[in-house]
Amino acid sequence: MIALLTRDLKLAVRAGGGFGLGLAFFLILVALVAFGVGPESALLARIAPGILWVGALLACLLSLDRIFALDREDGSLDLLATAPLPMEGIVTVKALAHWITTGLPLVVAAPLLGLMLSLPGPGYLWLFLSLLLGTPALSVLGTFGAALTVGLKRGGLLMSLIVLPLYVPTLIFGAEVARRGAGGLSVEVPLLLLAGITCATLALLPFASAAVLRVNLR
Amino acid sequence: MKSIWEYANPKKFIETSQALLPWVTGLTVVCMVVGLVWGFFFTPDDYRQGSTVKIIYLHVPAALMAINAWFMMLLASLIWLIRRHHVSALAARAAAPIGAVMTIIALATGAIWGQPMWGTWWVWDPRLTSFLILFLFYLGYIALWAAVEDDDTAADLTSILCIVGSVFAVLSRYAVHFWNQGLHQGASVMRAGALAGDTEERVSNVFAVPLFISMAGFVLFFVALVLLRTQTEIRARRMRALMARERRG
Repeated sequence: MIALLTRDLKLAVRAGGGFGLGLAFFLILVALVAFGVGPESALLARIAPGILWVGALLACLLSLDRIFALDREDGSLDLLATAPLPMEGIVTVKALAHWITTGLPLVVAAPLLGLMLSLPGPGYLWLFLSLLLGTPALSVLGTFGAALTVGLKRGGLLMSLIVLPLYVPTLIFGAEVARRGAGGLSVEVPLLLLAGITCATLALLPFASAAVLRVNLR
Repeated sequence: MKSIWEYANPKKFIETSQALLPWVTGLTVVCMVVGLVWGFFFTPDDYRQGSTVKIIYLHVPAALMAINAWFMMLLASLIWLIRRHHVSALAARAAAPIGAVMTIIALATGAIWGQPMWGTWWVWDPRLTSFLILFLFYLGYIALWAAVEDDDTAADLTSILCIVGSVFAVLSRYAVHFWNQGLHQGASVMRAGALAGDTEERVSNVFAVPLFISMAGFVLFFVALVLLRTQTEIRARRMRALMARERRG
């Protein structure tokens, strides 16, 4: 498992833009939103948590098709399937690698981008925490979507149609934590619900992803 | 003893549904005509809402079927995954577009009613939003069926998507409630929305009887359409198999 993880991480870093690409997309998105709604800092401060969350979601989505597609093309996915590691384990490791290469950089960069959107003072901590808690769920859900569409020629658009509705609860609770945190309100309830969603998806969804992957490799 | 699984045999299914279909169709027509005509022309106007209230005879049954079609798909998907009956997978496939259309009808009639009543075509009310999300789930499901070429693979993938989607659709429904309360507390439109949703407890009998008939009509309509579409799917698949055999032979 650790070998698979290091392999995936190495591939992501050396094949170019594993860490950087999602981050650059995130940055561009924030800049574009600022261009779109105007430079008024009061307005930007109000919508900052939502923008950052939606941005994280889209940046996450962008890199999903890489999780399985390359491995399937060169046949290493079939090798992995015959390896002694259970499919659920492979899927979990893949999701973890995806999170480390896309989710984690976003979490680290989000407060900085929050600065650019003039996020109010107490918001930084909660934005950081909500993304830290929520992005693993995004990666796991995305892995499910990627496993579902791995056999398709042009699966990209279909995958976003399938994955984005699944992101709704995570987005709602995550953005709510950030918004309430920025407004100085109590964040306990959405934070707990967000943590619950993340734990549940982490625990249960790999089984669905593995089942789907087995069907696709049949 | 006969088992219910006998009807999972495509031939048996076609025979039975062929025999049932005229009856179901006839009852559908009767129920829908009686329910809608009674509802539209022979009920008094509501004292506050005027005649706009009558859209309820389309809106509520469509919303009911939009949700129940998904339940039926979930059930059929589970049967396919557990017992591998092809008819079940095909029935789930047949039901999806109907459910999607019902969702559109519910949203559209709701918007048409909401325009004069709430003064807006669309609000981000929890109910409206969760229906929109349900519609997105339908779209994803249908698109996945269309995209995968191999029939059995497609059936497997969509079944699992249906199960995962059900969990997340329910989750989204409650999450949306949370989100909206967080945004607008006690706005009057929202309360009106909640009341309009709980119609069954508040509607007086004058309106309720035709409403129930109309609901029964929609249920039968759905059953008839699913039976018909499943038959079509079975025949189309059989035809493909025959053509493939002819090409080989």
